[in-house]
Amino acid sequence: MLNEKPTLKSTGKALLYLLPMLVITITFNIYPIIKSFIMSFYTKYDFFRDIVSQYGFDNFKFLFSDPDFHIAVKNTLIFVVGVVPLTVIISLAVALLLNRITWLSGLFRTVYFLPFVTSTVAIAQVWHWIYNSDYGLLNYFLGFFGVNAISWLESPRYAMLALIIMSVWKNLGFNIVLFLVGLNNINERYYQAAKIDGANSWHQFTNVTVPLLSPITFLVSVNGVIGSFKVFDEIFALFNGTPGPSKSALTIVYYLYQKFYTEWKYGIAAASGVVLFFMILLVTMFQLWYSKRHVHY
Amino acid sequence: MKRKTAIILRYVILILGAIIMLMPFLWMISTSLKTQPETVKIPPIWIPKHLMFSNYVDALKEAPFFRYFINSVVVTSLTTVGQLFTSILAAFAFSRLNFYGKNILFVIFLGTMMVPGEMLIIPNFVTLSQLHLVNTYGALIIPWLASFFTVFTLRQTFQSVPDQIYYAAKIDGASDWHYLWHVLVPISKSTITAVTVLQVIGSWNAFMWPLIVTNTENLRTLPVGLQAFTSDAGTNYALLMAASTFVIIPMVVLYVFLQKYIIAGISKTGLKG
Repeated sequence: MLNEKPTLKSTGKALLYLLPMLVITITFNIYPIIKSFIMSFYTKYDFFRDIVSQYGFDNFKFLFSDPDFHIAVKNTLIFVVGVVPLTVIISLAVALLLNRITWLSGLFRTVYFLPFVTSTVAIAQVWHWIYNSDYGLLNYFLGFFGVNAISWLESPRYAMLALIIMSVWKNLGFNIVLFLVGLNNINERYYQAAKIDGANSWHQFTNVTVPLLSPITFLVSVNGVIGSFKVFDEIFALFNGTPGPSKSALTIVYYLYQKFYTEWKYGIAAASGVVLFFMILLVTMFQLWYSKRHVHY
Repeated sequence: MKRKTAIILRYVILILGAIIMLMPFLWMISTSLKTQPETVKIPPIWIPKHLMFSNYVDALKEAPFFRYFINSVVVTSLTTVGQLFTSILAAFAFSRLNFYGKNILFVIFLGTMMVPGEMLIIPNFVTLSQLHLVNTYGALIIPWLASFFTVFTLRQTFQSVPDQIYYAAKIDGASDWHYLWHVLVPISKSTITAVTVLQVIGSWNAFMWPLIVTNTENLRTLPVGLQAFTSDAGTNYALLMAASTFVIIPMVVLYVFLQKYIIAGISKTGLKG
């Protein structure tokens, strides 16, 4: 039956199987994708009665001249650039270490993965407490090294760093698991061949591990970039429903949330979503282009 | 000798890392069992003199956490079961049936996975308010009853099942429906468990959507309720940590028991749910 040509009858039958999923995804995924592009061009509208009296580019013009949106874009990029490389490097290092040991390796994996299953809101409360400038654990430890108390969450200088540290901590485990899969898939023979050729462990790492692991590194960084561009929960919870001191943790999704939920400016909010979409698309395209040249499948 | 030092060094680094990973959890539990004066002691106390389990009782009394818990359980279970049902049916159609437009439809759905979900919040909110569903359980559940990610993952697994099994079932007179639920689903148990657990975790921890579509206390899920509680708790970190522990524990327990499936699920798909 697998190689048969589709008929009206088989199409009808398939449609029945697809129907529940189609109804939901068309209503809540496909239609809203189109709708949010259209909404970003609404300039005069009444959402309660669903009447639009004018379309135009005003929302985008507003975004490009809104200093808050500039801050949001800048902060989002800082967050992405801070989180992704750190996550890739640390999780690769931990995966390499875990791959070389047998005793307790399962226990270590469990521990490193634990933050991933926790509620962001709940764990952010814990980090809020750790970052407390007077009684927090972090300043206490830093005190041993002669560092004066830092206002992690109240100072615009440190707020983004605090956010990045927490986010890296939370997502490490997920990426460690992916890297471990990649390392397991590397055939032992490559290392044996390298050894016969006289490669030391650093050369084995750069000439065998790095190239053969590159598909996973690519996957981890694409996942990381997409996820980091959309950061919201972490900010809302860590800064108690504010975008950080002096908007130092205002990101694009947070901006979207504010425009939509607190200011009821749906058109502008939709436009910021469209900008986010194109930014993610652009970066992902760049990563794809880059991977074509450097990833070895 | 050199080999031994290398092994010891590996363990030292991994143990230090593990301590950093566990520290927030230990600190959370430790604080949740302290008296209020103990929480602000310098140097910090790790093991409180008297374990104040009463903090948990107080926190649960201070806000309707039990109600939030029930809401989270209801929303998570209905979302997960519903999504599994629609996804299994759709994955079967994509993997086993032939129909017009199959490839186009599949590509369209793959494309939708590229779109950031946060962008869809605005039109979805408008749709739900037109359906008079804002601030109901429906708003928390219905939009999540289908997930193309789950369909995609299940399709991969269904496709790996040999054709012979299908034909054997057919010869035995089984209908497609019977084959799906009595042969294919049991064979694919481990993938189904994996996507289920990932979905449960995602749904339990979801924050932005429930925050936006609910505005009354009795519809809050645990994360939204906890966030609201932070302003009430103020600087009472003992109570706040007790409440946070309450939110985190169910998923940790789930994870510890079903770890193998979660890890296998992530390894297979490489994507978040």
